[in-house]
Amino acid sequence: MTLLTVDGLNKSFGGVRAARDVSFELAAGEMLAIIGPNGAGKSTTFNMVGGQLRPDSGRVVLGGEDITGRPPREVCRMRVGRTFQVAQTFLSMSVVQNVQMALIAQAGRTREMASRATALYRAEALALLGKVGMEAEADRPIGELAYGDVKRVELAIALAAAPRLLLMDEPTAGMAPRERASLMQLTAGIARQDGIGVLFTEHDMDAVFAHADRILVLVRGEIIARGTPEEVRADDEVKRVYLGTTGHAAAHRAALRARKPVHG
Amino acid sequence: MEPGFLVVQALSGLASASSLFVIASGLTLVFGVTRIVNFAHGSFYMLGAYMAVTIVPWLLEFDRSPWLFFIGVLASAAVVGLLGVAMELLLLRRIYKVPELFQLLATFGVVLMVQDAVLKIWGPVDIAGPRAPGLRHGVYILDQRFPAYELFLIFVGPVVLGLLWLLMHRTRFGILIRAATRDREMVGALGVNQALLFTGTLFLGAFLAGLGGALQIPRVSASGQMDISIITEVFVVTVIGGMGSVTGAFLAALLIGQLQAFGVLIFPKITLVLVFLLMAAVLVVKPWGLLGRPEAAAGRAALPEGILHPAPFDHVGRLIALLAVAAVLVLPLFGDAYVMKVVTEVLVFALAAFSLNFLVGNGGIVSFGHAAYFGLGAYAAGLLVTRLGLPMEPALLAAPIAGGAFAALFGFFVVRLSGIYLAMLTLAFAQIAYAVCFQWVEVTGGDNGVVGVWPSAWASSRHVYLYLVAACSIGAILALRHVLYAPFGATLRAARDSEQRADAIGVDVRTHRWLGFTLAGAAAGLAGGLYAFSKGSIDPTLLSIPMSVDFLAMILLGGIQTVMGPLLGAAAFHAIKDAVMPLTDYWRFLLGAAIIALVLIFPRGLGGAYAALRARA
Repeated sequence: MTLLTVDGLNKSFGGVRAARDVSFELAAGEMLAIIGPNGAGKSTTFNMVGGQLRPDSGRVVLGGEDITGRPPREVCRMRVGRTFQVAQTFLSMSVVQNVQMALIAQAGRTREMASRATALYRAEALALLGKVGMEAEADRPIGELAYGDVKRVELAIALAAAPRLLLMDEPTAGMAPRERASLMQLTAGIARQDGIGVLFTEHDMDAVFAHADRILVLVRGEIIARGTPEEVRADDEVKRVYLGTTGHAAAHRAALRARKPVHG
Repeated sequence: MEPGFLVVQALSGLASASSLFVIASGLTLVFGVTRIVNFAHGSFYMLGAYMAVTIVPWLLEFDRSPWLFFIGVLASAAVVGLLGVAMELLLLRRIYKVPELFQLLATFGVVLMVQDAVLKIWGPVDIAGPRAPGLRHGVYILDQRFPAYELFLIFVGPVVLGLLWLLMHRTRFGILIRAATRDREMVGALGVNQALLFTGTLFLGAFLAGLGGALQIPRVSASGQMDISIITEVFVVTVIGGMGSVTGAFLAALLIGQLQAFGVLIFPKITLVLVFLLMAAVLVVKPWGLLGRPEAAAGRAALPEGILHPAPFDHVGRLIALLAVAAVLVLPLFGDAYVMKVVTEVLVFALAAFSLNFLVGNGGIVSFGHAAYFGLGAYAAGLLVTRLGLPMEPALLAAPIAGGAFAALFGFFVVRLSGIYLAMLTLAFAQIAYAVCFQWVEVTGGDNGVVGVWPSAWASSRHVYLYLVAACSIGAILALRHVLYAPFGATLRAARDSEQRADAIGVDVRTHRWLGFTLAGAAAGLAGGLYAFSKGSIDPTLLSIPMSVDFLAMILLGGIQTVMGPLLGAAAFHAIKDAVMPLTDYWRFLLGAAIIALVLIFPRGLGGAYAALRARA
């Protein structure tokens, strides 16, 4: 079932065309990666889907509803969760309060003046933290956590929106290699289990080729290739302009690893 | 109207635009490089004028030549430039990294100190300066007389703009200034001697302010009120032009010069309001001014400066709160009239300070004009009683409504901005309110205000009125405190911590900030109403900048990281002020020094000290 349809998005900044006629579809439960060199328009495309940027032309349709150009807060209410390249959390709050805050917002109770914020949705927040393996840290200030753990909490915050679609902008940026693999595994597991569509941009080829169901390759604002990891890896154009030899090696490594459990 | 008259009017607009630009260019340069909005820029302007009325007549004794006049003007500006260097070395250097609220307050501390220093050195009487030799005559333009000196001033602005352009494009120092305005961190990373760059910029900025002041002496006498009046105008110019943009400041100065020159013909009483309306309109369309750039987003998020973990009362806290309330309640049995007056006022200011910290500490909304809502509440109550003859009770009800309504009106614009622009706009709105109360003499009584704002008969004794104030103030504080712990308060904190994240979880940040601003305004309005009846009068000082700064000093002294600290701050500040003020002629100097000391060595305030003590115990 098609969850998200992106149709002919264009965006220019001054004379630079950051996105040209970008179109793709994303199914529920599918993990779709956007890759490409720096400045290819990954974040631009991403921010047009998430509502941070308004496209010059084109449409973004979520679950049959046109959400083109709606602000992030409205996109969120359409059950879209989002994480940022540099994790964005509420630094003055504890881990569980961060998730509680997202649940309060999700329930539309942010204007309440009578109840106590810390007493609302604590059990639900703890359950979400359990899902990302952070329950034990619930009452620590979020500022004390290691960055990899902050990213996990951010995932829990995004999940508070009970999302149909997760938007993750470079989810593993700034993380140690081992943390990266476990975060991506966690995300993929939750997405498959709950049938959440995941759109993510990523520079780490290991993460992309190990977890993406399909890949879009963006160069200078244009999609130059798309398909399964195998197809993209085999694409000569992609090899030439982006993956090069080292990237290709990583893609190959990932493919080998992915195949291992199947074959032996 | 005759064409000649219009031409002369436009020319005089150009002359004042020129002067405004010279001063504003200094402020905007300093902001571009240091990211500090220097309140003391107005003080530099005033010092330039005082220097000039001292130096120039002395020089003219030797020879009444135009050359000596302008040498004197330049020498005055240079002396002020050196004072700017002193300020950079002694103060600014220590506060580049502190939150902007603290920077603003510290430079305002300098304003207060300079005011008293000027009073001490030059005395309270205005000093008229000499007229410029060779430019004392008038020229006739379309049969209208126009002063030659004003004509000369018209050319000063473009000349300064041209010289600045040369400096910024042809010298290494100027290129560094431009680079630092664009990206200060990168300039540092390239190994540029930042200390020298900053000191040099402060010299240039203060020099321009001093030049602006010194050039005024043939037109206006040097007086002790020059600093505040010019700084608001200059703020407006730099904000409209875009902070950090010299060309923007020039454009904005031209706009404002003409607006004032012709506005005075159409709306003679509200020229100031027109100017601020222009600013509000520009900021709504272009939130960073005409030629300004958005602030570069910070890389890694930093812990916000404000209330971090609002803990509910523990046993000790509850005991202290109960003791404080009990002390207030039994006081009328023992205290004399003076003590009761002080306690009544402390209760009023406690509510005002608490409502301000609701914005600043909890919401990260640095309001520099909170006194506006306090004062408007007081005026609403006072005018209803004296002009319409209403009794106290409905008037007291109207006070928070008025405070809240104006906060809603002004806040609608305020919450569209952030950071330093937001602080400037709150200040501007407070000045509009002040100007209206000051100038609309028929209704507000102007400078003198209105007397006869007395409580109803049942509450007219000091005892009963104290109890009434205590009930209203403590009740409102507890209610606001409750909101702080409620989802609404938490949402404001969340939006303060990360606006991006708040938006992404579905929070309409702007609307929540607007509601918070309105709520705090209503609470301040109630405090203002209570204050009016305790004094028996209202006057424009209630909504002046010094009043706003008093509130800020209270929450700073109490500690903006704490929930209850502002109450302590209000009590300590007001008690000290009341005790010390009668003893000295230089209260402002002491206050300024105290504010600077607080920022430099005690930024967590009393509440922070208490929290540290409790954490150790």
